[in-house]
Amino acid sequence: MNDKIKIIAGLAIFVLIFTCPFWINGGKAKDVPKPVLSEKALAAKTCVLPKDEMAKNHMQLLDGWRNSVVRNEQRVYIIKDANGIEKEYDMSLSNTCLACHTNKAEFCDKCHEYASVNPYCWDCHVDPNVKEASL
Amino acid sequence: MKNRRDFLKVAGASALGLSTLSAGNAFAIGEHFIPADQTKKKDSVLEGTRWGMVIDTRKLTPEIVEDVTHICREKHNVPDCQLFEEPKKNKEHHEIKWIWEEHFHNAFPNMAADFLAKKLEDTPFLVLCNQCENPPCVRACPTKATFKRPDGIVLMDFHRCIGCRFCMAACPYGSRSFNFQDPRNGLVDRKPTNPDFPTRMKGVVEKCNFCAERLAVGEMPHCVEVSKGAITFGDIGDEHSEIRLMLEENYTIRRKVALGTGPSVFYIV
Repeated sequence: MNDKIKIIAGLAIFVLIFTCPFWINGGKAKDVPKPVLSEKALAAKTCVLPKDEMAKNHMQLLDGWRNSVVRNEQRVYIIKDANGIEKEYDMSLSNTCLACHTNKAEFCDKCHEYASVNPYCWDCHVDPNVKEASL
Repeated sequence: MKNRRDFLKVAGASALGLSTLSAGNAFAIGEHFIPADQTKKKDSVLEGTRWGMVIDTRKLTPEIVEDVTHICREKHNVPDCQLFEEPKKNKEHHEIKWIWEEHFHNAFPNMAADFLAKKLEDTPFLVLCNQCENPPCVRACPTKATFKRPDGIVLMDFHRCIGCRFCMAACPYGSRSFNFQDPRNGLVDRKPTNPDFPTRMKGVVEKCNFCAERLAVGEMPHCVEVSKGAITFGDIGDEHSEIRLMLEENYTIRRKVALGTGPSVFYIV
């Protein structure tokens, strides 16, 4: 056990390097980005589902929408809003969601980037608000 | 101290328990469906029992053929492989098509006679997915990405396609094309020509969908609208429909009927 010092020093260096992201950031987490609402979305006041539910479950909703439209030929979503009034929505990511949330970069991408999720919606679906060629 | 046998027993039981835990998670991740009472079709929807098409080749002119293929490409963002950045040789071998012009010899290889009527030699034939009654592509698809709807349309769920190309091998009509590269490379400036319709992604098969997105809002397929009466679309499952009357009154042929796929596209020659 003559190498005790070397081993301990090596371990210490390893732990230091392994935990360096924490040291470099000073133990602070990056601010959680807040999605920016477009003017249209602000004016509409209400989304398809209540805000919290949308934030938590929009992926499940979109998955359900796509199954309804493609597999079951149902294109209209019927849901009661907070006041109990029945509302109808065309189940379309490009033409319903993005018609209101006209700022995909500020609304969708910001959080997705932070959470390191890469939904491949936009490989096929079109952002109707992008007029120039860079898609 | 326990012996090795006891240790292995406990370890095995724990591993089994852990694996069932993760299996439970897998079920929780699965697909999501909207309850049926929360969805409906549009009021203007066109519904049928078996959609079909009659192409009157006597009325087809090169101009109509051009208009038909052009509007289909434009409205469905079908990539033009000539715009792909790849060696010229590859461009010539790569094509993505939903509806296209074909010579009688190639459209009806089992009928092509040695001394074919001059009229047929010169006629441009329009070919597309036959929306078969017994579609071999649906049987071949391992993910059920291609499926037959109750109204007879053989539709693709691009979300589910894994790009295995079994359907292309199964289709006897060559109606399916594979995206060997990002299909947006085949659009001018990578910009979709119709923003209301999605493009596809690399590694996905595509084909004619009988304009299912148009029928859902009560409109006729694009090709029918620009065909100047050469293409008739309707419900061949309904014996009182206009298209059935046409089939009664005219002699029609279908492509490779002997294979038993039951094509829903008929040709008046």
